[in-house]
Amino acid sequence: MRRLLHRLCPSSSRWLVLGALLLLNTVSRLAAEPRFPPPDFSETNHRIPVTTTPGARALWLQYADVAVLLACLAVALWLIYRKRSRRGVFWLSLFSLAYFGFYRQGCICAIGSPQNLALGLFDPSYAVPFTATAFFVAPLLVALFAGRAFCAGVCPHGAIQDLVLVKPLKVPLWLEHALGLVPFLFLGAGLIYAATGTGFVICRYDPFVPLFRLSGRFFVLMAGGAFLVLGMFVGRAYCRFLCPYGALLKLASLFSKWRVRVTPDTCTQCQLCEHSCPFGVIREPSAGALPPQFLGRERRRLGGLLLLLPALIAGGAWLGSKLSVPASQLHPAIQLAERYVRQQKAPAPYGVQTADALSLQRAEENPEAILTAAADLRQRFKLASALFGGWVGLVLGMKLISLSLRPSRTDFEPDRGACFACARCFLSCPNERVRRGLMPASELPLPVGGNAGLVT
Amino acid sequence: MNPSPRSEAVTRRQFFRNGARLAAVTGLGTLAGVLTGHSQAKTTVWQIDPAKCLRCDRCATHCVLEQSAVKCVHAHALCGYCQLCTGYFNPEPNDLTTAAENQLCPTAAIQRTFVEDPYYEYNIDEKLCIGCAKCVEGCNRFGNGSLFLQVRHDRCVNCNECSIAIGCPGDAFRRVPVDQPYLLKTTHAH
Repeated sequence: MRRLLHRLCPSSSRWLVLGALLLLNTVSRLAAEPRFPPPDFSETNHRIPVTTTPGARALWLQYADVAVLLACLAVALWLIYRKRSRRGVFWLSLFSLAYFGFYRQGCICAIGSPQNLALGLFDPSYAVPFTATAFFVAPLLVALFAGRAFCAGVCPHGAIQDLVLVKPLKVPLWLEHALGLVPFLFLGAGLIYAATGTGFVICRYDPFVPLFRLSGRFFVLMAGGAFLVLGMFVGRAYCRFLCPYGALLKLASLFSKWRVRVTPDTCTQCQLCEHSCPFGVIREPSAGALPPQFLGRERRRLGGLLLLLPALIAGGAWLGSKLSVPASQLHPAIQLAERYVRQQKAPAPYGVQTADALSLQRAEENPEAILTAAADLRQRFKLASALFGGWVGLVLGMKLISLSLRPSRTDFEPDRGACFACARCFLSCPNERVRRGLMPASELPLPVGGNAGLVT
Repeated sequence: MNPSPRSEAVTRRQFFRNGARLAAVTGLGTLAGVLTGHSQAKTTVWQIDPAKCLRCDRCATHCVLEQSAVKCVHAHALCGYCQLCTGYFNPEPNDLTTAAENQLCPTAAIQRTFVEDPYYEYNIDEKLCIGCAKCVEGCNRFGNGSLFLQVRHDRCVNCNECSIAIGCPGDAFRRVPVDQPYLLKTTHAH
């Protein structure tokens, strides 16, 4: 019977036959059979092929990635603290660019890993991969003890920007401080969107991973190109003004046990190192104790800012909760529910087979589920965006407080948090050159300040 | 008298720094511990649930790769080996031949070979397939549904966030364990 139908197919009335078959299907559906039962090939003994399933990347290679990360971190520490070699750090960063960048194509990356952890904490059905946890924890642990060795030699994003840096311009300090807040805000947004299950916005807008893959969305590829062009004149623009993981590393290295020093010997305050840093993080010595008449004013300002901090947090949280509706619109489930509601209010004709039309049809099949899910998410977003607002207030307040604290520096030193530990400044120091035997001690410049002794 | 205020300040700062570092290390340890509680050593990969796939064409366009990692796969065991395959032929084909104007696939990625009267076998040439799901729609609408889309893991770069998943109208993408990376159809549609 079925064979007969198959034979009938080529006739001009094949659509009629198809209709008949569809009718037949209702019968076969009751019998839980396919519309067209697979033939048994009794004549030719043809063997039915098996669907191929090419495997994903082998599991042990994931462990290899983590091992390479740990090894690179160890080598970076050794190069920065023992060898004190910029050339070594440079070659290490080239290796990292080749391995984590162009070979692993960027999606084994510390920058996006906070999102995996946030989603893992808030969504019990999501199991955080071991690699994500390792890539999150290892560079932070290193930073807590020895600064941003990860940024210096292991991160492919930093490496590619270091490669294109030709003429670093000095970013004005006010701009540097202001733009330096952006990574913290981006981090907060990334965590909130990950925790609510909206998506990984940090990965979505990563400008360099598409370059490593040599393919990607046009807008992001353009952003990557723009960052590279900008990176020719502003050293590591992404790391300084956008990288959310860099914000975490910055915080961690503020409390680091050891730190990068321009020279292990005495600083002669010759200021040569200040110009060697393309990222402008070498800070001059503090100008000594403040005259007593200003002390009261300074203290009052600090006290005022400390009092302002809770107000900023509360204000931010209030503002954030007001903005929860627009913030939630990035979530695909909320987008769908809103489109569904719009369609119900003002039915508009839509194309048959477009993706948007198909999702609307899906919503129309079970509107309650879509709407309840969206309402639940809205509630979660109310809390999430209040938290984000509070975070913005906290970041602003802490920045103001940190600006009003007086640093205590006796020498020219890299800023603890901002220093990428790239080792560029080492050889700019005449004392270091003498120590390495690259320069006779007699050529040392005379000290500018009176309080630092000249090592001879 | 104010004996060496600086050294006192440095000590205070150092104390604060040590405390903060200790807190941070503890925090990181706790976080890692909590996450290992419900984490897994295995990493995950992205896959399409064929039951949820709505056969739009976004898999062809939304992948970060220039050639999408999503391809049509064929569960031959479910296939009826029809002579008039609605996944292969246009609706209203001029003739049931492999001529281009009869084919539904925009890249002629389906190979049609005669097996025995009246059965034809259909194979996907993955080098040509762009994952547009036109054949999947045809096969699911009128046939057994043996053609369906899958993320091919020899091509997929396993983005942390799949950019097709963001735009998927059927919410059909999900993370699956790396050792079971396919969601193959084992029973016919409907």
